Amino acid sequence: MTQALTLRNLVAFGTLAVLALVPLYSHATGNFFMMTLFTRIVILAMAAVSLNLIMGFGGMVSFGHAAYLGIGGYVVGILAHEGVGSGFVQWPLALVVSALFALVIGALSLRTRGVYFIMITLAFAQMIYYVGVSLDRYGADDGLTIYKRSDFAGLLNLSNRTVFYYVCVALLFATIYLVWRLVNSRFGMVIQGARSNERRMRAIGVPTYRYRLTCFVIAGTICGLAGVLLANQADFVSPAMMHWTRSGDLIVMAVLGGMGSVIGPVIGAVALLVLEEALSGITEYWQIILGPMLLGIVLYARGGIEGLLQGGRHD
Amino acid sequence: MLLFVEQFLNGLQFGLLLFLLAAGLTLVFGIMDLVNLAHGSLYMLGAYFAATFTTLTGHFIGGVVLALMATLVVGMAVEVIAMRRLYGRDHLDHVLGTFGLILFFNELVRLVWGPAGMNLTLPAWLNTSVELLPGVHYSMYRLSIIIVALAVAAVLYLVVMRTRIGMLVRAGASNREMIGALGINIKLLFTFVFGAGAALAGLAGLMQAAILTAQIGMGENILILAFVVIIIGGIGSIRGAFIASIFVGLVDTVGRAFLPDILKLFLSSSAAATAAPAISSMLIYLVMAVVLIVRPEGLFPAASK
Amino acid sequence: MTDAIDPLLSISGLSKRFGGVVASDNVTLQVKPGELHAIIGPNGAGKTTLITQLMGEIRPDGGKVLFEGEDITALPTWQRGQKGLARSFQITSLFLDFTALDNVALAVQAQAGHSFHFWRNARKQAELREPARAALARVGLAGREDIVVSNMSHGEHRQIEIAMALAMKPRMLLLDEPMAGMGPEESAKLVKTLRELKKELTILLIEHDMEAVFALADRISVLVYGRVIASGAPEDIRNNAEVKKAYLGDGKKTAVAHG
Repeated sequence: MTQALTLRNLVAFGTLAVLALVPLYSHATGNFFMMTLFTRIVILAMAAVSLNLIMGFGGMVSFGHAAYLGIGGYVVGILAHEGVGSGFVQWPLALVVSALFALVIGALSLRTRGVYFIMITLAFAQMIYYVGVSLDRYGADDGLTIYKRSDFAGLLNLSNRTVFYYVCVALLFATIYLVWRLVNSRFGMVIQGARSNERRMRAIGVPTYRYRLTCFVIAGTICGLAGVLLANQADFVSPAMMHWTRSGDLIVMAVLGGMGSVIGPVIGAVALLVLEEALSGITEYWQIILGPMLLGIVLYARGGIEGLLQGGRHD
Repeated sequence: MLLFVEQFLNGLQFGLLLFLLAAGLTLVFGIMDLVNLAHGSLYMLGAYFAATFTTLTGHFIGGVVLALMATLVVGMAVEVIAMRRLYGRDHLDHVLGTFGLILFFNELVRLVWGPAGMNLTLPAWLNTSVELLPGVHYSMYRLSIIIVALAVAAVLYLVVMRTRIGMLVRAGASNREMIGALGINIKLLFTFVFGAGAALAGLAGLMQAAILTAQIGMGENILILAFVVIIIGGIGSIRGAFIASIFVGLVDTVGRAFLPDILKLFLSSSAAATAAPAISSMLIYLVMAVVLIVRPEGLFPAASK
Repeated sequence: MTDAIDPLLSISGLSKRFGGVVASDNVTLQVKPGELHAIIGPNGAGKTTLITQLMGEIRPDGGKVLFEGEDITALPTWQRGQKGLARSFQITSLFLDFTALDNVALAVQAQAGHSFHFWRNARKQAELREPARAALARVGLAGREDIVVSNMSHGEHRQIEIAMALAMKPRMLLLDEPMAGMGPEESAKLVKTLRELKKELTILLIEHDMEAVFALADRISVLVYGRVIASGAPEDIRNNAEVKKAYLGDGKKTAVAHG
């Protein structure tokens, strides 16, 4: 795989390298706050990459993607609460449940297009949020504490911060690779073509609905896995994970980094979360700055950070 | 029985509030093709302005009128400063841009008014109950909401159906390019429509404030319900928004009130108590899902595109 | 069995109204296998509506469409492509952010069964790229394959449209005004391409360019206000009084290129 030595590629792969090296930095300096912050960044980057699969490549703007973070997280939380602590049970089940939810929501939502689709995904996510709030047995609004991280019977000790960090990084890199293969495959061609010109796609004989739905389910499942990681990282799940503003954050990450490539959202996740940390150090009301900044990006830097570094799509 | 009448009226009242919100949203979308997530922020501002002005002036109606004017001004300012640059762009751009505005307004409100909510105290003459039928009492305030909202809906109907401006609005909703071609001052029309939508949202917000208090983030929760209304009713259609709002308001209110009892017929008492809140929250969205399956464009879509 | 050749495409009694406008008025015509059948008619005669119905994008109010003897009237668009019917768009409709080769390769891919292949890089698959390259060469775009479509000219878009239709290995091609907006040089090139394609495909051609029509058509049908007012050999059509009045105009000479 030969890549041109462009500024954008430097930044993209540099970001990945930085993510891989954070624990070394933490161990060297004793600054473990960094590692906690970056664990969250890595996990949300994974969620953002999964969103961009359907949004940037598929043209399906889902404003309810954070619901899958919650679903994956709650499966882990509920199972842990009921005494099932084994990762071998929790994780696969979380993936299956996420996939099923994505299947149902996708099947209904994909019957529509454009702004309708945005509103509907938002509505369904809100519905799932409210269901979470109503689960009294599992903490309702206050959330559910997870006393022990997923148990992998000696194979992996997730309670060890560094081990956990590298599990997250490994899964992020695996996601990036998987999504990269996906978008360049025949399946990916159909998805991208359907985004570009759906009518034409149908005219050449491709039933687009089933491909989009499959893509939607894949994205939801990956995000469910991110939810599993998030629950383990925070040792806590609550409906707030699935609040529609979280979905908004994921969209911002993808747009900020650049929707045109697989790695773009990773850059965006790092940029957004680091920016939030920095801004909240300056003022308690940092969202007053973030809000208009977002509008500014939409109006003047639509290609995001990647767009600023170069033009056009790569990968 | 009395409970049912009360819940029915509450549902009607909630539905009418939703209509005020949905009407502004659907007009803006139908005419300017603009998805405005920050519509909820105007709802919130209406509430906060009302709470502030009624306290400052000591006069309820005066405070309310000031609040409406303030919301109208803010709405038009937002249109001129931000919305104008978004027209004609991708809907995702609208979503992102207005999402940024939501963050901004929520934080601004927190800065100016603090994180705790604000109360809108009602004057004595509204804070009573009315005997509608022998033995059936209903809150005067809620009744006045119903009356005011119905009046606004009637005025809206008359304006949209019977006046020149209304004709432009309807024409715009079904064919945007034409009104431009007819030489109408588009910029002014858009600012006007957006302002009207903002005022409607503000009115809904301040009316709701007396019942639920003004709070940060109150706009987004109800905004999503307004989206559900639009999906069910059909984008661009005021009539659809009206019917769908009443329907959604009734289903949500009456459903929540009576669902535990209905469930008790089929499930054990404790199972019903656990399941009821969850299913109540889902009720509206289930209805939306059914509409999507049967008629994805909504029940009364206006736009020909 | 009779020796009469069964038509490849048989349209009978096709009707379509849009409110008060009659777009298709009891249209009946047949296209024989191997022929190039041209449809001409003044603007607004319902020619594009006819193609749209043939491709299943609009449902006719009445009538039937048979392709290779099979009733396809109710078949969804994407299935007609699978059956061997391919169209080019009058207003070009391509995948603008892809290259010319990507566009045509997608058409090839669509014919190669389902696309639930998630792993191998589609741009490196010779079984998709080679036929695409060949189709582009046939329409005269060899060497321009790797240019992003949005950077190509209008005439080239039309050529890509036809290449994509060819990549679907159709048995019949529906071409909706492929010459529209082309200069004389480009038109001549396209006529030459179509003359070559005629040898292996059945073509239904909608066109305004009379030179091209009379140069290529084996049979011509004339559509006026949604109705077929005449159908037959080019000579007969050229001499048909009604047609002349409605469309060609009295006393107008039509230049014909033989070949």
